[in-house]
Amino acid sequence: MGSSNYEPTNKAVKWFEDRLPILGLIHGTLGAGYKTPRNLNYWWNFGSLAGFMLVVQIITGIILVMHYTPHVDMAFRAVEHIMRDVNYGWLMRYTHSNGASMFFVIVYVHILRGMYFGSYQSPREVLWFLGLVIYLLMMATGFMGYVLPWGQMSFWGATVITNLFGAFDFYDGMGESILHLLWGGFSVDNPTLQRFFSLHYLLPFVIVGVVILHIWALHLPGSNNPLGIDAKGPGDKIPFHPYYTAKDAFGLSFFIVIFAVFIFYLPNIMGHPDNYIEANPMVTPSHIVPEWYYLPFYTILKAVPDKLLGVIAMFGSILIFFVLPWLDGSKIRSAKFRPTTAFFFWLFLVNTIFLGYLGTKLPDEIMINMGGGIDALTLGRISSVFYFAYFLVIVPLVSRFETTRPVPTSIAQSVLDARKEG
Amino acid sequence: MLKMIKNISLMVMVALGGISFANASGDGGYEVKRHDWPHAGPFGKFDKGALQRGLQVYTEVCSGCHSLDYVAFRELVALGYSTDEVKAFAATYEFANGFDDEGEEKYRKGLPQDYFPAPFASEEEARDSNNGALPPDFSLLGKSREHLSMFTPWNSVYGEDYIVGILTTYHEEAPHGVELAEGMNFNETFPGNQIAMAPPLFDDAVEYADGTVATTQQMAQDVATFMYWAAEPKMEERKKMGLKVIIFMSLLTIMLYFVNKSVWKNVKKGDDLV
Repeated sequence: MGSSNYEPTNKAVKWFEDRLPILGLIHGTLGAGYKTPRNLNYWWNFGSLAGFMLVVQIITGIILVMHYTPHVDMAFRAVEHIMRDVNYGWLMRYTHSNGASMFFVIVYVHILRGMYFGSYQSPREVLWFLGLVIYLLMMATGFMGYVLPWGQMSFWGATVITNLFGAFDFYDGMGESILHLLWGGFSVDNPTLQRFFSLHYLLPFVIVGVVILHIWALHLPGSNNPLGIDAKGPGDKIPFHPYYTAKDAFGLSFFIVIFAVFIFYLPNIMGHPDNYIEANPMVTPSHIVPEWYYLPFYTILKAVPDKLLGVIAMFGSILIFFVLPWLDGSKIRSAKFRPTTAFFFWLFLVNTIFLGYLGTKLPDEIMINMGGGIDALTLGRISSVFYFAYFLVIVPLVSRFETTRPVPTSIAQSVLDARKEG
Repeated sequence: MLKMIKNISLMVMVALGGISFANASGDGGYEVKRHDWPHAGPFGKFDKGALQRGLQVYTEVCSGCHSLDYVAFRELVALGYSTDEVKAFAATYEFANGFDDEGEEKYRKGLPQDYFPAPFASEEEARDSNNGALPPDFSLLGKSREHLSMFTPWNSVYGEDYIVGILTTYHEEAPHGVELAEGMNFNETFPGNQIAMAPPLFDDAVEYADGTVATTQQMAQDVATFMYWAAEPKMEERKKMGLKVIIFMSLLTIMLYFVNKSVWKNVKKGDDLV
C-alpha cells in the first residue's frame, strides 16, 4: 500500500523485515511513512472509527457465536441464554447489536463527508466504489444478522425483504426460483436461518478484504482534504503518525463514551420491541419495519406503486452513488467553495433523514393535518422524487453552472493566510 | 459549518417532534400513564420488596395462565432471597422425571436449576382454556411491550408503565358506541381496546407476605417491576459497569485531548511553515 523508507535499527527486526517487509507496510500505511494533508478536520476521523467498529463487530460476533445455536427451535432461546447465563453475554450482545447501529452511523457520516468534500471525484473514483461495495456488504451483513435472534421482526423482516427479490420475475418462474434459493425452501424457515448465519459469519471477512483494497486505493492519491485541492508541496503534508494517530485516538476515545451510553443505558432504543417476541409464522406483526439504517430506502420502495419498479428504485437509490463522480461536473471538489452545492447537500441530507422517518410510518398515516390531510405515502413520494432529482438534475446542473468561490493555491498557503488573519 | 449542522439537526428534530406530537394527539387513544420507577435512570436499582411482592402476585395470580419460560429459580437470589429460600421455593414445584419400571411417570421436586413450569402443555391447550387467546409468556414482556423513541422521548411508552396500564385501566362496561366481541373486555391501554384477559387483579387478591396493603394499583406496580426484572435481569450490573466505563473513558478522552493538542501545537498554526 504505502511505499515506505522504513529502516529498522534492531538487527533481528531488520532480518525479518528483509524477508517480509510487513512493518514497512504498516509504517507506510498508518505510520509516519504515510504523508497526509495537514488540514484534515474531525470529519476525517470517521474512517478509522469505521475500522474500529468492524473489529469490534468481528470480536463480539465471534464470542456470541460460541453460545448461539442457528436453529429455529433454539435460536431465540440461545440469545436469551447469552443475555442471562453467559458471563458478560449481555455486554457482548448489546455491544454487537448497538455496534451495528454505530457502524452504520459512522459509515453514513463517512460517506456524507466524502460527498461534501468531493472525495469521490477524480482520481478517487475506485476508492469511492470500494467504499460503496463495503457499504452494500454491510447492508447484507446487517440484514442477515438481524434475522439471527429469530424474533418476530427477524422473521417478518426477512420475509418482506427476501420477497423483494421475487420481483425479478423476468421469465415464468424466475422470481420463485430466486426466492427458493434465498430461503432454501418454500418460505423463511430453518434453512434460511442457517444460510443467513453462515453468510453473516462470512461477509465481515469479505468486508475486511475490501477494506484493505479501500485503504490501498486511498494511499495512491492520498487523502482528500477539506479544501479539496491536491496536496503537493512538502508544506502541505504531515506524517500520519504522530499527528493523525493522536487525533484518531482522541476521536476514538470520545466515540467510545457515546457508544457506552447506548450499550449501558439505552441498549434497546435502536432495536424493535417485537424482536423480544419469538418468531411466529402464524402471527403477522401489525407493522413490519426494517432496522433504522434501511428506512430511507424502504420508503422509496413503498413510494412506487409497481413492485418491480419499486425494487429497482430502491436498489437504484443506492447504486446511483456509483455514478456520482460523473454526475458531478465541477472542477472544484470541496463544497466549501461551492455554496449552491453545499445548500443542496444539506437539503439532501435533511430529505434523506425525513425519508427514514417516513419509513417508520404506515402509508396511510396522516402526517400533516391540512385540508384533507397529507399522508405518509404522499410525502414519501415527494421526498423520493427529490432524492433522485438531487442526483439526476441538481448535482449535474449545479456543479456545471454555479458560481464558485476562489480556491486557495495550496494547503500550506491557506494555513499561512489564516495565520495572517488570526 | 458546525453551527450550520447544529441548526439543521435542531430543525429536523423540531419538525419530527412536531409531526409526531400532532400524530399522538390525533388518534383519540388513551395515554399510558408514567410512573416513577426506582429502577429507572442511570443509577436505578430494583426495589427488592417490590420484586418479592411481584413474584408473589405472579405465582398466586398470573401463573395460572402465563408462563415464565426463560427464568430459572436460581435467578431468584437477585430478588433478595437466600439460596436456601430459593431451594425451598423451587421444591414447591413438581417436575416430571422419566418413568419407573412399570412405565408410570415419575415426579421429583423442583431444584434451583429448573425453570418456571408453564401452566399449559401446548399453545393449543392454552388457547382452548382462554377463549382462543394465547396468554403471552412473561419473560420478556417488560421489553417487548416497550416503545422507545430516540428523537421524541416524550412519546416513549415504557414496558412497566404499559403493564400497569393494562392491569389498571379496565372498564366494567365498554364506553357508549363500542361493541365488544364475545368474551372480550374493554381496556384503555390495550391496542384496539379489546382484550381477552378478564380483569386479573382486584383489591386484596393476594395477602402480601410483608404486610403491604394489596391494592390493585400496588399489585400492578409490583408485578410490573418483577416482569421488568425478568426481562432484564442484568440491568443493575449493566448500569454499574456503564458508570465505570464512562468515567474511565471520559478521563482518557480528556487526557487524549491534551495529548493531541500538544502533538499538534507547532503544526496547527503553521509555525513549521515560516
